[in-house]
Amino acid sequence: MYRIGVDVGGTNTDAVILKDREVVVGLKRPTTADVTSGVVNALEAAITQAGIDRKLISAVMIGTTHFTNAVVERRHLNKVAAIRIGLPAAACLPPMVDWPADLREAVGDYGYMIHGGYEFDGRELHPLDEPALIQIAKEIADKDIRAAAVTCIFSPIQQNMEERAKQILQEYCPDLPVVLSSDIGRMGLLERESASIMNASLLELSERTIDAFSEALVSCELHCPFFITQNDGTLMAAESVKRFPVQTFASGPTNSMRGAAFLTGVKDAIVVDIGGTTSDVGALQHGFPRQASTVVDVGGVRTNFRMPDVFAIGLGGGSLVEQGADGKVTVGPKSVGYRILEEGLVFGGNTLTASDIAVATGMAEMGDASKVADLDPALVEAARARMAEMLERAVERSRLSAAPLPVIAVGGGSILMPEKLGDLEVVRPENYAVANAVGAAIAQISGDVDRIFALENGLTREDCLRIAEEEARAKAIAAGAQADTIELIEKEDVPLAYLPGHATRIRVKVVGEMGQIGG
Amino acid sequence: MANKSQPKLWVLTEEDIDALEIGSAILGTGGGGNPYIGKLRAKQAMREGLKLQIMDVDDVDDDALVVSVGGIGAPVVGYERLKEGREGLRCLRTLEDRLNFNAVAVVCEEIGGQNSMEPLITAALAGLPVLDCDGMGRAFPEMQMVTFSIYGHRTTPSALCDLHGNTVIIDHAVSELWHERMARAATVSQGGASVLASAPMKGSFVKQYAIKHTYTQAIALGRAVLKARAEFRDPVAAVAEQEKGKVVFTGKIQDLKRHLSKGFVFGEAHLNGIDAYEGDEGSIVIQNENLIFRRNGKVEVVVPDLIIVLDVETGEAITTEMLQYGQRVAILALPAPELLKTPEALEVVGPRAFGFDDVEYIPMSVER
Repeated sequence: MYRIGVDVGGTNTDAVILKDREVVVGLKRPTTADVTSGVVNALEAAITQAGIDRKLISAVMIGTTHFTNAVVERRHLNKVAAIRIGLPAAACLPPMVDWPADLREAVGDYGYMIHGGYEFDGRELHPLDEPALIQIAKEIADKDIRAAAVTCIFSPIQQNMEERAKQILQEYCPDLPVVLSSDIGRMGLLERESASIMNASLLELSERTIDAFSEALVSCELHCPFFITQNDGTLMAAESVKRFPVQTFASGPTNSMRGAAFLTGVKDAIVVDIGGTTSDVGALQHGFPRQASTVVDVGGVRTNFRMPDVFAIGLGGGSLVEQGADGKVTVGPKSVGYRILEEGLVFGGNTLTASDIAVATGMAEMGDASKVADLDPALVEAARARMAEMLERAVERSRLSAAPLPVIAVGGGSILMPEKLGDLEVVRPENYAVANAVGAAIAQISGDVDRIFALENGLTREDCLRIAEEEARAKAIAAGAQADTIELIEKEDVPLAYLPGHATRIRVKVVGEMGQIGG
Repeated sequence: MANKSQPKLWVLTEEDIDALEIGSAILGTGGGGNPYIGKLRAKQAMREGLKLQIMDVDDVDDDALVVSVGGIGAPVVGYERLKEGREGLRCLRTLEDRLNFNAVAVVCEEIGGQNSMEPLITAALAGLPVLDCDGMGRAFPEMQMVTFSIYGHRTTPSALCDLHGNTVIIDHAVSELWHERMARAATVSQGGASVLASAPMKGSFVKQYAIKHTYTQAIALGRAVLKARAEFRDPVAAVAEQEKGKVVFTGKIQDLKRHLSKGFVFGEAHLNGIDAYEGDEGSIVIQNENLIFRRNGKVEVVVPDLIIVLDVETGEAITTEMLQYGQRVAILALPAPELLKTPEALEVVGPRAFGFDDVEYIPMSVER
């Protein structure tokens, strides 16, 4: 049996076909505005090139940065009513208070705070203000707001008010999608609320995008299950991505790092994924991306998802190379991005890009090298040195110790990477350009639990951890994992200081191979 | 009295608040809660036109009265059930009405962690400055662990306010420990996080017993980290240099135990040395804050000296709640302020006060 991994990026759609641990084929096609035709082109080309029977394909795994890009670029976001239940608490900080103004505008800047909410022990902080919700529902209808995000204080331990709010809103606005924060994130009001609002703002885009993926598969006559990869390198059923697009936010870097580990067999390394506009740099530990220890910024907003600790710099294949009046040469962060194939000098365009420098120095061969033969050698050398310096500095930042780790260069722009970076060896795996799609193809299935347990009635900490792990395993199996491959990857309990009742917060996550494709 | 000029006030900018967030988290020695929410509140207050001002302690009149204000309760409640916003102001006004006085400034109890921000917000709402000092120079888990109490201030009558508008006046406690106990019980009934204003102190008392210039210190620390990061220099070294502290260890967290007892998080983190400390083992004993650092089983730094766990790459302080297996951290030790090292202070904030009967406090500057 074969499995297909697809990576839908802003510039290219990559596809790989894997048979067990072997990459049968890997290729790139341009991403199209309708998404579907780009995916179809890539899939058809891959299947044709591999020469396999499409009935032998057991699953398609898709990774996409579509939703992250939408937030970063403030495009394709729908308006959201951001409703917080919890007054009088939190009155001093309204919803989206720590968002960049342009993003707040892009989702309509409709923040509401109403009375309600819970205390830490589940008792009511204030009764839910239902008349206020009805008022908001009317405004939603009047202003044609397309989605609502409801965040209630302490909803991770008591969901009733969020559910009741959804019921009321949908009574007045029957087709309104309502995102509940307790389905999205964990404790930490502002981070959970922000993630819920972003999720709600992506619902129309995710509906369209997932439908586009489905159409692409149907038109390629692929009737196997398809999955989307999420932040931690595990899979989500495509239908649930329609409801929870934020869970895919960090899947791009995760896939490229896991793909890099898979392609090289190296478990500990620094991975540099060089794209058209930016490079992502992160550390690989035991074959998995190192997780960020603190909150992670997405498009200027704090979130508390578990995400790989990735650092982005403004250097990619399309980065502009410019010389200032003082003679100083800069590379990036401005970039021609996917227009490199028209605008780069070696492709017959008029813009000097990082890729042109790579060709001029002989690091790479592509396009028409004669177009860069006349460049000032001093300029070429200064730009080359600048690029190496930027990469070296970024790698240095992700380096965990003085021990010499290899640097794995992946991504379409990795022609910019020199043979050696400082004292570190650079590894460029075969199929480096499609590492993301490989990472998607090898993604696993997970199940997790994050809840507050009361250590009462004879329940010990160990009992609660066991209960949580069993629940997580059951969730993973329900989602399609093979029971005998399930491993515990995260287990954490944090006693809640100062609170009576011996409350402890337990977080457990398990992962396993997807059914039919393991082994 | 001589012709006294108006004291010069330092009006904080948003950049100062960013630096204070980082610096106060570092001085939190693993506890004190995350100042991020407080930072947002402080900035929101500025945007609403309020002035956040700092006044030098020595500029306050000897006979003037000042009031210390701080949050009390569980940090985890504070991230989820955010404050209404005017709790501190209600505490201050309640106390002034009850005792019939007017405060001229607000005082910070605890510069470490989120309690660095509350006094600034309360004072701004009241139109007062905050004195450039605090009562801990770091973070401690209990109210009586503050220099003001250690050196004789009785903190009752006090006022305790929650976000609903409930106000409790604790008229009299026979000891500071009783005050802490009663205030904590009332706080739990109010939902686990409230604000408390203690009985007023005289200017002359604060001049003598406050740990001075700790807002200046925290903001300078934060600036040092931000500057080091911007210049791609090692932020951990920048913090050590700024404070004349010592990086005592760099290591990777190998094992982490945490459990709850008597309302506190107790725990221990074990580290395997990296870089210059390859081959060494380190451990940190935690009781809300980092209390004892041992190298290869031997005690090396002890509370009240500051034991600070920093992310090796960003220089950002890691609170005890955020410690995770596999993290790479630097452990920085800073000497405690002199006011915390006297015999009467060590009785309240030394190792014995935390139940370590077999550990003696030897200042970090002294060879063991």
